[in-house]
Amino acid sequence: MTSPVLPFPAPAPAASGRTPVYALVGNPNCGKSTLFNALTGLKQKVGNYPGVTVEKKIGTVYSQHGQPMQVIDLPGAYSLAARSPDEAVTRDVLLGRRSDTAQPDRILCIVDATNLERNLYLVHQILDLGRPVILVLNMMDLATQAGLQIRVAKLEKELGIPVIPCEAAHGRGLIELKVAMSRPDLPLPRHRWDIPSPIAPAVSELQASLVENDRKAPLSARAEALLLLTDQDTIRVAGSTPLSGRTAEILRSWQKRWEGEGTDWAATLVSSRYDAITRLCADLVERDDRPSNASSTSDRIDGVVTHPMWGWLVLGGIMALLFLSIFTLAEYPMNWIDGHIASLADLVKESMSPGDLRDLITDGAIGGVGGVLVFLPQILILFFFIGLLESTGYMARAAFIMDRLMSRVGLNGKSFIPLLSSYACAIPGIMATRTIEDSKDRLVTILVAPLMSCSARLPVYLLMIAAIVPGDQVPILTKVGLMLLMYALGTFGAFGFAWLFKRTLLKGVPPLMIMELPPYRLPRLRDVVLQMVERGGLFLRRAGTIILGISIVLWFLSTYPKAPEGASSQEQMAHSFAGKAGRILEPAIKPLGFDWQIGIGIIASFAAREVFVSTMGVVFNAQSEDDEDTAPLRQALAAAKWPDGSRLFTPLTCLSLMVFYVFAMQCISTIAIVRRETNSWRWPLFQLAYMTGTAWLLSLVVFQGGRLLGF
Amino acid sequence: MAATIPLSALPVGRTAVLRSYPTAGAAFLRFREMGLLPGTTVTLVRTAPLGDPLEIQVRGYRLTLRRSEAEAIVVEPAAS
Ligand SMILES: Nc1nc2c(ncn2[C@@H]2O[C@H](COP(=O)(O)OP(=O)(O)OP(=O)(O)O)[C@@H](O)[C@H]2O)c(=O)[nH]1
Ligand SMILES: [Mg+2]
Repeated sequence: MTSPVLPFPAPAPAASGRTPVYALVGNPNCGKSTLFNALTGLKQKVGNYPGVTVEKKIGTVYSQHGQPMQVIDLPGAYSLAARSPDEAVTRDVLLGRRSDTAQPDRILCIVDATNLERNLYLVHQILDLGRPVILVLNMMDLATQAGLQIRVAKLEKELGIPVIPCEAAHGRGLIELKVAMSRPDLPLPRHRWDIPSPIAPAVSELQASLVENDRKAPLSARAEALLLLTDQDTIRVAGSTPLSGRTAEILRSWQKRWEGEGTDWAATLVSSRYDAITRLCADLVERDDRPSNASSTSDRIDGVVTHPMWGWLVLGGIMALLFLSIFTLAEYPMNWIDGHIASLADLVKESMSPGDLRDLITDGAIGGVGGVLVFLPQILILFFFIGLLESTGYMARAAFIMDRLMSRVGLNGKSFIPLLSSYACAIPGIMATRTIEDSKDRLVTILVAPLMSCSARLPVYLLMIAAIVPGDQVPILTKVGLMLLMYALGTFGAFGFAWLFKRTLLKGVPPLMIMELPPYRLPRLRDVVLQMVERGGLFLRRAGTIILGISIVLWFLSTYPKAPEGASSQEQMAHSFAGKAGRILEPAIKPLGFDWQIGIGIIASFAAREVFVSTMGVVFNAQSEDDEDTAPLRQALAAAKWPDGSRLFTPLTCLSLMVFYVFAMQCISTIAIVRRETNSWRWPLFQLAYMTGTAWLLSLVVFQGGRLLGF
Repeated sequence: MAATIPLSALPVGRTAVLRSYPTAGAAFLRFREMGLLPGTTVTLVRTAPLGDPLEIQVRGYRLTLRRSEAEAIVVEPAAS
């Protein structure tokens, strides 16, 4: 007999009752993560567009007396009636529906002070939860600039909770906030909202049933009951037990009755909350009539950026500038790194006696990792640019102007943000799809996101471009052009497949495009640099772990079993395990112009794409006959030959290889994240198959077509 | 009683008062939750380069919506 697995573990005992747990809640883009970072010293990603944070993150903040408190940064939400997976995370954490997070016992509500009315809607729902709340009025600097004066004391009195004005981005108001947070006696909000009369009896009936039949805490039952009336999703939310039959029945019978009477219950509820907010705000905010120049600056920028003609030029210009700087700015630091790696390898060669161990260090470890490391400058530049786009507010505009084109393939502009992030890496891109409301659109976006050329392909492209156009006499624009071509190919591929999937597998209704456009902000250099350093660190960590590991394994696989004494290094490679694996693959990839040695690289790349470069380092450097000097990989590639003596890395082969890397799904981490986000193996496996199949086909077309044309 | 038009027909730069949504309201619940209620003042700020979506100003912030939804939202243009 197998013991049944308990689906819902009992909630963890409240952590010793002494450390309060605060949830950070608020509308998207109101500064929650900025505040979280300021409080905890952590480095949550910050950006000026709605939907930056899509998963909870726990941190510790110390009160003025050194007493620890927990805070949870949450995705932004406009309402507890979640419409997208990121909002659902917030709702589920707040309502204690997630088994991996204890229900927070206090709530830090953050509102954008320049936009009180809409921000207070969520606050109004939160006040129903029956837990102590602190209200943070963030972005006070912008409110003052816009000529808004908020009567904080009055707001405090009306709601009966502490209200703290602050500027998270400049660290103002944090001390007052911490003092309030460490108060042991936080008051419960005073709630003066009367549920509209046609709905009130239903709410009390549902509330009673939720306590009795669904074991909800009496305090939050009212909020849950209200939520049942507006959240279409409540009945089938992930991670929560389904509604009890009795409660579901009560809900249904009331809905039927209202339908008969023509009462739009959800709309009535929303309107009644806004009525309460309007009353509250009536003499709360004083506005001097000075025209706000912040919003008019934003408007002037938008006049250009979303202009029917200039808008496209700006978008194209940004992309071109990005790639141009990858080539030009990175050159010097790259040569510098390259030089140091080479001299390190030479140093080892001089100081150790020849033998397998020395080869392992120079060819396996240094050659493999070094080959990838030289691309660090390019990757930093890419991340810096993407960070700039994210922190100015341009991302939301890009989504705005792209929406129409995206709708042609059946998606909406919001899908463009995850796709753009995927230029850096598909993993945050796939996470960012959580902001997409429609589940089919989200799935399609996840399926095509890895087609956007990520930073791990950059080393492969750069290596191949260097092999196609050797020397420095060719104009830089040729190289940039080739690079743009690869990015364009991936991007059009993504759109093409999105179109195909929306038409066949995942048909759906055309989605809405409800998105807030935040005002432009000057990027905070600190945020952009931190983000860049963080991602650069991740890249280095990968180089030091996965790539080092694979390079060493690969070195062993290509060194053993040993060929008979006196064999050349090429024969040794062919004799080894890796060589045999490459040879098994060779018939499949020969039509694409690849030999078994490239095959080794392709196999190894399925762990991570950059590994191709390090593999080529191991495979070809190990063969360089001259043992005294480590030749740059480029030269080793130029010297590589087919058995018949013809050049291996012809321009056509390089092109075919690049096309292969544009389309092939070669990244274990992406597969793992797709499996987690889609909750099944079906989609990651499908993705692996369709992408790699396309890669093979298109490479075939490029190589055979090129040959027919006489290249 | 002033004339009402769909929001999508409002000229760029003009302000109007929202009057009503279609009755089958689930899709429009989010608009309500974001503060677009009957009686709320909205301004059409601009349209995207390809004519869709629209950008509106409501309660002091900017929001985008597609033309197809804007066609179903009835507004009453303010006297200019
Ligand atoms: N001027 C000003 N800008 C701020 C302030 N606080 C945050 N910001 C900016 O507001 C933007 C949004 O900040 P985030 O912390 O990412 O907002 P968030 O609430 O976490 O957003 P989501 O994760 O998308 O829900 C960033 O550009 C911040 O630099 C502030 O007090 N004043
Ligand atoms: Mg955030």
